[in-house]
Amino acid sequence: MSGAPLIEVKDLGVRLNTSRGPAQAVRGVSFALRRGETLGLVGESGCGKSVTALALMGLLPESAVISGSIRLDDTELVELPDKAYCKLRGNRISMIFQEPMTALNPMHTIGHQVAEPLLRHTGVSAAEARQEAIALLDRVGLPDAAKRIDAYPHQFSGGQRQRITIAMALACQPDVLIADEPTTALDVTIQGQILDLIAGLVEERGMAMILISHDLGVIAENVARMMVMYGGTVVESGETNAVFTRMGHPYTQGLFRARPRLGARKGTRLKTIAGTVPELADLPAGCSFADRCAIVEQRCRVALPAVVDVGASHGVRCIRTDVSMAAGDVGA
Amino acid sequence: MSVFFLRRILTLVATLFAASLIIFLVLDALPGNAAQMLMGADASPDAVHALTVKLGLDQPLAVRYLLWIKGMAVGDLGNSYVYGTPVSGLIAERLVLTIPLAIMSMLITVTLALAAGIYTAANHNKLGDVGVMSLTQIGIALPNFWFAILLILLFSVKLQLLSAGGFAGWDDGIWPGIRSLLLPAISLAVVQAAILARVTRSAVLEVLREDFVRTARAKGLGKREVLWRHVLRNAIIPVMTVMGLQFANLLAGTIVIENVFYLPGLGRLIFQSIANRDLIVVRNCVMLLAAMVVIVNFVVDVLYAFIDPRIKVANL
Repeated sequence: MSGAPLIEVKDLGVRLNTSRGPAQAVRGVSFALRRGETLGLVGESGCGKSVTALALMGLLPESAVISGSIRLDDTELVELPDKAYCKLRGNRISMIFQEPMTALNPMHTIGHQVAEPLLRHTGVSAAEARQEAIALLDRVGLPDAAKRIDAYPHQFSGGQRQRITIAMALACQPDVLIADEPTTALDVTIQGQILDLIAGLVEERGMAMILISHDLGVIAENVARMMVMYGGTVVESGETNAVFTRMGHPYTQGLFRARPRLGARKGTRLKTIAGTVPELADLPAGCSFADRCAIVEQRCRVALPAVVDVGASHGVRCIRTDVSMAAGDVGA
Repeated sequence: MSVFFLRRILTLVATLFAASLIIFLVLDALPGNAAQMLMGADASPDAVHALTVKLGLDQPLAVRYLLWIKGMAVGDLGNSYVYGTPVSGLIAERLVLTIPLAIMSMLITVTLALAAGIYTAANHNKLGDVGVMSLTQIGIALPNFWFAILLILLFSVKLQLLSAGGFAGWDDGIWPGIRSLLLPAISLAVVQAAILARVTRSAVLEVLREDFVRTARAKGLGKREVLWRHVLRNAIIPVMTVMGLQFANLLAGTIVIENVFYLPGLGRLIFQSIANRDLIVVRNCVMLLAAMVVIVNFVVDVLYAFIDPRIKVANL
């Protein structure tokens, strides 16, 4: 777990053209991952976590303006021509998507779809690719893989389809795996199985993984490091344990309080964060959380706060950590 | 698959029966007695009556209908009131022209429409898209007989490349025949192609927004490969549906276009038979057109099941 980072993102910015005008969907996101490391991205819908993932894959719409740097080993990915990017996608960097029901092409057999990246990136024959596809489907726990390889996506359940997309993403033994809400669309009973499968594969193959979720529980159990995103910026980042023990940002604290809990007295209302997520098209000038923050001050609204180190590699983008962290103990 | 197939065949047969009944009743309700028309206004009532009996027009409606159906089943469509020759022969010698015309025109339609539709969808909102879509807008607004006259003015009168009308037949090989059908086929195809191009474009654009397109890109496929391997097969179903419906328009269009180009085809036969009150010819020709439309749409339905693996299961 040492040496140069596998993937290094520096000051990533993404500007999207939306129907409401240009929007800065991502600002100043930086992180680095070495082989075998895992990183979680957590936040509400529209916080920029999926846009960050698509930026890494080079799959943002053509109208998107990307700034900063994304390096995979020594290759700069920002502004990389699509032809060169195609050689990396599905080969060195892969992605699992949120919706297994629609992520597979209904017209092609699953065997064809799992074999496709192999045929594309490795020099194997069609017969070898088919054998490899069966082995992959076996590995991701699809029952009767050899028999069902010529079946179509509509003949599988949601959980099985997600296993198929995982097999597809892993076909070429990628170095980096991005999982964007891989279990959100699945039944609760299946969620754990799929996450365990992904965790097992990440460990077995020594991949770096970026796991995106809105679910703090999923993040807590599956990644070593995490970043909390809000309004396109990373508001808090650090070792998962450190962040969960000492939450520094008022938003992280609010997110944590808002989770439902077993054992709470019946009729207890869930705590929510007051207000709504700001529109990316008109973000406030200062801290993007200012309008919903309980301890906001005038100076919070002046400029985007800098990241404050509150522990070993634990950073919080807040100028009032003295107050927020003194209030401390938000858990329980 | 077999259940799907069987159900479609039953629907096909039922539709054909319904069509035959409607055609028979409508033509029977027309005013004017065929025997009177044939013999002229001055003919003696006895002679008219004799001819009526000879043509079988004195029999009850139901009997005449059943005789017609029975005749179609054994391939005997009766004799033309005007020419006195078998209707089946008259139709057969016209189909030699109209079927190649319809096929040529459909091929031109599909080629133009798919090329334009896929090109514009792949270049969505770019200059080429806007340009080609404006052309299709004009194409939709063109009346085909007027466009046919423009084509004659350009290719026959000005450039003297193709003949302005008439049919060379197939006796001297296939090229003279195809040359004489080229302008009519293009005139018929242009409007249809314009409509189908727009359908193709919107079908492809819709599929391009699907999640599996992004999955395919995430595997490392280029935009063009995704279009050919993943998008088109999903987009082709609505396109085929419209193609099936357009085939009916195309057959109706031949009646006008064959008159513009003096082509002795089925359309012209229908036109002349209506003018002559040769209702037995009209009835059989219209039935044939109806059957062609129904069968083409049946074939389209069956093709769905070959293209989309979900359809078989949904219908079992």
